[in-house]
Amino acid sequence: MTITEQNINKKLIPILEEVSDPEIPILSIMDMGVVRSAIIENNIVKVEITPTYSGCPAMDVIGDDIKAALKEAGYESKIDLILHPAWTTDWITPRGRKALEDYGIAAPLDAEADKDVLLNGKRIIKCTNCGSTNTRLVSQFGSTACKAQFQCEDCQEPFDYFKCLK
Amino acid sequence: MKNENLYNYILGIADNSLILGQRLGELCGHGPTLETDIACTNISLDLFGQVRSYFQYAAKIADDNRTEDDIAMLRKEREYKNVLLVEQPNTNFAYTIARQFLFDIYHLAFLSELEKSKDLTLSAIAKKCIKEVRYHERFSSDWIKRLGDGTEESKQKMQEAIDGLWTYTDELFHQTEADKIMVKQGTGVDVTKLKDAYYSSVSDVLKEANIQMPESKYFQKGGKDGIHTEHLGYLLSELQYMQRTYPNMEW
Repeated sequence: MTITEQNINKKLIPILEEVSDPEIPILSIMDMGVVRSAIIENNIVKVEITPTYSGCPAMDVIGDDIKAALKEAGYESKIDLILHPAWTTDWITPRGRKALEDYGIAAPLDAEADKDVLLNGKRIIKCTNCGSTNTRLVSQFGSTACKAQFQCEDCQEPFDYFKCLK
Repeated sequence: MKNENLYNYILGIADNSLILGQRLGELCGHGPTLETDIACTNISLDLFGQVRSYFQYAAKIADDNRTEDDIAMLRKEREYKNVLLVEQPNTNFAYTIARQFLFDIYHLAFLSELEKSKDLTLSAIAKKCIKEVRYHERFSSDWIKRLGDGTEESKQKMQEAIDGLWTYTDELFHQTEADKIMVKQGTGVDVTKLKDAYYSSVSDVLKEANIQMPESKYFQKGGKDGIHTEHLGYLLSELQYMQRTYPNMEW
């Protein structure tokens, strides 16, 4: 069982929703599921974030961006990086998934389907350009740690697929 | 230091990822194709991220002024505890892949045991890392098969790589003093118990790749005690250059 509860003060949600992933600017960190808690204690906001991938260089930037956004709203803050429970692509919200697709990144499938695609070459990933599922895995690793490279065999468009992490 | 055994134990785990990460990082801009170049550097990035979690924890245990960067950059060669396998150079792509594969199979088995550690930080790190390492193992196993079952030349190179690196595999299952104490405490992983499953997993992939499993029983050791092959010194001189030349510099 993964504990997925988030403890986020309602007042802070609009502020945190304005902060986006520096590598996928259309995706808010809230929709990505990296903010695990945000509480106000003695006028200081304590935020806990969890990395998507261990080596994700965006985490330091996200921490700084949260601090800046909260400061603008009048809060001092303290950011902690937590590792447990480990992030999973299941925490990306439906709105986040749609934002990814609109941006040209295919959203992660469930774990079984993901395996079929990455290991067995099954063609079910939808091209983000034309919608065809006649797509081919180019490489399991893409422009960032979280993505794999695909190419559509119909419209020939290359695109990224957000790998399932579970 | 109050908990020197745990500190040494963490370094023993993390140094493998640090040194292998550095080796893979050397391929940045030099990989055989764009995709494999990106894959190797992505794996390198994962490993460095994992190393940061381990070293941050180690720095906390040391409880003096040392930071994660000090631990990574400012030790002497003899103080690095990585296995000899991961410091071997990128001779050719088959060699790079074989090294990765022989480590990945071990790494997966190791992390799935470390997940059960009584030390909650180590267990959390392991749970995080294993998700990433599954991708590494898929990548390297896949390439073992593609090269082994590819052309005559790629098969020959892969066979040579496996034969050449085989001598470094047994060390993965040697217990250090810190290991023994940590296993007793329920914190550490008993690596001796991983050995049989390791060779059987390796054998499955090699069989599928039409690569002969080496039969040599002669194995090298020493890395875990800080006695390294000649390759590590050169690697460290590059890894440490910035911090040695401009102490305390930051990005």
